[in-house]
Amino acid sequence: MADKKTELSPELKARQKAGFIEEWRKEMRKAIPVKERMKMPRQKMPEREADERNKDFEEVNLGLKAKEAVIEAKRCLDCANPQCVAGCPVGIDIPTFIKLIEAGKFSESARKLKETNSLPSICGRVCPQETQCEEVCNLKKATGVPVAIGNLERFASDVERMEGDVFIPKIPPSTGHKVAILGAGPAGLTVAGELAKKGHQITVFEALHMAGGVLVYGIPEFRLPKKILDAEIDYLRKLGVEFRMNFVVGMTATLDDLKQEGYEAFFVGTGAGLPNFMRIPGENLIGIYSANEYLTRVNLMRAYDFPKYDTPVFPGHRVAVLGGGNVAMDSVRTAKRLGAELAAIVYRRSRVEMPARIEEVHHAEEEGIEFHFLTTPTRFIGDENHKVKAMECLRMELGEPDSSGRRRPVPIEGSEFIMEVDLVVVSIGNSPNPLIGQTTPELEIGKWGNVEVDWDTMATNMEGVYAGGDIVRGGATVILAMGDARVAAGEMHKYLNGSG
Amino acid sequence: MTKIIRRERLVPNIHLLEVEAPEMARRCKPGQFVMLMPDERGERIPLTIADWDAEKGTVSSVFMAVGTSTQKLALLKAGDELPVYAGPLGKPAEIEKFGTVLCAGGCYGIGAIYPIVRALKEAGNTVYTLIDVKANFLMYWEERLKRYSDEFFVSSRDSFFDCKEYIPNVLEKVLQKSKLDRVISIGCTYLMYTCSEATRPKGIKTIVSLNPVMVDGTGMCGACRCTIEGRTKFACVDGPDFDGHAVDWDELFYRRKSYFEDEIRSMCYWEKESLLKE
Repeated sequence: MADKKTELSPELKARQKAGFIEEWRKEMRKAIPVKERMKMPRQKMPEREADERNKDFEEVNLGLKAKEAVIEAKRCLDCANPQCVAGCPVGIDIPTFIKLIEAGKFSESARKLKETNSLPSICGRVCPQETQCEEVCNLKKATGVPVAIGNLERFASDVERMEGDVFIPKIPPSTGHKVAILGAGPAGLTVAGELAKKGHQITVFEALHMAGGVLVYGIPEFRLPKKILDAEIDYLRKLGVEFRMNFVVGMTATLDDLKQEGYEAFFVGTGAGLPNFMRIPGENLIGIYSANEYLTRVNLMRAYDFPKYDTPVFPGHRVAVLGGGNVAMDSVRTAKRLGAELAAIVYRRSRVEMPARIEEVHHAEEEGIEFHFLTTPTRFIGDENHKVKAMECLRMELGEPDSSGRRRPVPIEGSEFIMEVDLVVVSIGNSPNPLIGQTTPELEIGKWGNVEVDWDTMATNMEGVYAGGDIVRGGATVILAMGDARVAAGEMHKYLNGSG
Repeated sequence: MTKIIRRERLVPNIHLLEVEAPEMARRCKPGQFVMLMPDERGERIPLTIADWDAEKGTVSSVFMAVGTSTQKLALLKAGDELPVYAGPLGKPAEIEKFGTVLCAGGCYGIGAIYPIVRALKEAGNTVYTLIDVKANFLMYWEERLKRYSDEFFVSSRDSFFDCKEYIPNVLEKVLQKSKLDRVISIGCTYLMYTCSEATRPKGIKTIVSLNPVMVDGTGMCGACRCTIEGRTKFACVDGPDFDGHAVDWDELFYRRKSYFEDEIRSMCYWEKESLLKE
């Protein structure tokens, strides 16, 4: 699927420059020589002991203390030509927010973040910074160790929230324009925040009973506590955003019905649907979950607290999670927390090709997760009750690079072996949700079931209808969805003002 | 929150649930279902829509009180609210002029098949309705069903009725006498399975409304996957209606009872926590 390069808008570039030449920034740069800054060690994120945390669902990372955050902020060289901003899908003014931390102005720093990112305490926790802002950090080029931008983002927004001093920007008088956001996931919430700040009247329609999309059903409590998400949703409500839950767009009402109700612009952010399966024999045996089902049962439906909550989940003593992404890491670490003796990642490529965030892989290793690389299942074997009891696997070796640039795994003939398991979680991605396409015949749908957009504007073929996130990309990250959403919000604002 | 307008026991263990859902009521079609949660700690469960009233803005389902969620539902009353009530979901039943169609229902399916009987009749079909009840006091909605049925059959093992047979035997007898163009069956999995087997020899198209375990009900989780003609389908978005002759019934039976032990644990816990406390 087409990908999008982030380029700084001229406004952002100008703002960046204006910030750089401000007096306080100049003085701060002078106060500590670059050489000294480069010698400072990266502040380690405090975290709970692996052996303690792998038994409960409390958050793993504890967050930087103010003193550590200020030191970490000092490591930022405040470069004349910072690369980090272009590495961020939503174009956060990274040097400014970091220098505000260095100056001890934590709440101001959080406000700076919120100018471009409606959900900073979430991004600070779940973004793959090492392949984005931190990847291109000039300090990384110089010393090999980038500024911990993600940890600082988390710090600033956490401080603001914990001090109860969350800044609510002044909303301009209502424009009278009604906007419908379909799906309360990261993309939808971002568009909602951006457009509410412009004075439009926003309603978010959500199929499930809680807002957040993948942030609530997918990402576990130990990585993103629900109270953090609740605070972000609460912030949006304070901006005047209305939420309508249990509303399945296309089924409860169609886009046309909503148009009749006076909605003028639409954002389709209905996200991932239809989990992908391996398409190998035995896949519908009992004890084989999609990662979506497994995580939804545990996170959204709180199966970890069964029978207090009514939704059960198979506990699993020997659990294999198929896949190497963040969702796979979340699933396998969840299995460990639910008491699995063996919780293993089974991945067909090798460690370096795994798409998961490095931090998640480290955390998983510390928590006692096993990794079986270059391994792929070929069939599942059930017992007399159709419950999975084992899977037959093949060893792989890496061949020539494929279209993704990663070396293609090739099966080693005759390398079959049996792995005993009683729970399997298939975490090999999703296809976009089919409902919006099925119920909106005019909407142009691509060959993967994705909504087709113009990547410069995120506009679909229908007038006033924009889309972003997994419904367009198939299966990506929170921050890419938010990047799409920012572009869409800008274009929707222009459209509503009659200049789009 | 969705307000309950009416919750009443139709017959022992089978209840009617009518809620206020004006938007949904305008869009319901025969064969669709809703996802609901009886309370904040509940499970998300699917219920087939048994009736709706677009003017009044209400939607009704008939359910059997078997597990924790449905037992909880059975204790709710008018004015209570449901934290989740979402839909209408699933593809609507195919309604066309097929000719002569037999609709076979049992337990909650007696209610669930009613909109299909009505729609088929309105589409100009000759409609035979065949209802299975264990005993005469378990029959409900007989008058409504008869209103849209050209013929009405009952299979039962109760001396109250002439018939002392199970539903597939009666279906086979009807087949010997009449030419059917289609059979539609809703009820417990075993009923739908036996109806499909009864029509298989003559190759009469038989549509069943599958009832696997669901979680989100909107095509996101894959809990409801079924094998249809050797291919995996998601009952919530590809169904719930499928060709009964193409369903892997064994798999469905196993998958449906996969949480059996947990269901018992859940019931025991809830009874102890909620009922005894009062």
